[in-house]
Amino acid sequence: MQKRKNKNLQHKIFFMKQEEPLWEVFIRSKQGLDHKHVGSLHAADAKTAIENARDVYTRRMEGVSIWVVESKYIHASNPDDAASMYDPANDKIYRHPTFYHLPDEVKHI
Amino acid sequence: MNPLFDYTLHLADSSLIMGHRLSEWTGHGPTIELDIALSNIALDLIGQSRNFYQYAAALKQNETEDTLAYLRDAREFKNLLIAETSNGDWAKTITKLFLFSTYQYYLYQQLIVSEDKQLSAISEKSLKEVTYHIRWSSDWVIRLGDGTEESNLRMKKAIENTWPLTGEMFEPAAYENLLLGNRIGVDVSNLKNDWLKKIQSVFDEATLPVPGNNIWMQRGGKEGIHSEGLGYLLAEMQFLQRAYPGCEW
Repeated sequence: MQKRKNKNLQHKIFFMKQEEPLWEVFIRSKQGLDHKHVGSLHAADAKTAIENARDVYTRRMEGVSIWVVESKYIHASNPDDAASMYDPANDKIYRHPTFYHLPDEVKHI
Repeated sequence: MNPLFDYTLHLADSSLIMGHRLSEWTGHGPTIELDIALSNIALDLIGQSRNFYQYAAALKQNETEDTLAYLRDAREFKNLLIAETSNGDWAKTITKLFLFSTYQYYLYQQLIVSEDKQLSAISEKSLKEVTYHIRWSSDWVIRLGDGTEESNLRMKKAIENTWPLTGEMFEPAAYENLLLGNRIGVDVSNLKNDWLKKIQSVFDEATLPVPGNNIWMQRGGKEGIHSEGLGYLLAEMQFLQRAYPGCEW
């Protein structure tokens, strides 16, 4: 009888509790572009999450790179705070760079 | 007898029948992610078979990829037995896919240097797909083998059931031997060492035993001698073309 390693605790948790954590998936569609959030999926660990993401979200040549992060590690702002968080920016149009006059010599801005 | 035609059919049949069997999981996978993953793999395999059937049809008059896939009877199919075996539980599906994909990997790797440009091109395209099939299935072999008592036990049973179907992979059929001289085919008996080494390394990590050399091996698939299951598979797969000949949709 071979000694069982059981090295990956995640496997055990998956089989015992029959529930897998949720992961958020980010795909980069082309070299040089940003990774963009495309959705979420269930998987027992990070490796499986990437493989699942490959199968679920890149079947139609959508991507060249995949990031996954367990959903519980995403911290979000509270929608109820929206008024105090974002409204104050509404009347601060001077924060836009259009108020600065650039010399003609400066290019590519 | 045209050995190149037979050989191309053999390659096509193994991919098609394996792909069709795996497609039976579609809509029944344990989770939506795994359902899609297996369906993707099934589609890869059916895509490979189409390439081979199209080439085979070009080698013979009055045949098309559809007549070859849909209008031949079980006795004319030359697929490996491991392709037609039932899916069983998740452990058996994973095991047979891993054993088969690893075989396909080393086969296509050799077939890329074939003197036959078509076979070489199809193999090159298919090898990338198969590389992923191995990666996906071997992860599951390790997960299940090194998982719980139950999953470990099911994997051992799956290996016991599928291992006797691996022998014929490495025993050349008559048409394979005929293609060795002109460097078109692959000497499959040479693939066994690499295949076994890969299986061994994954099974080791999965804490699963590799069966010994004295296991009795089933054979005949390549020559058209099949299990009962293939008849039922063909009955379902070929129904539409048999009932409505030439039907398109």
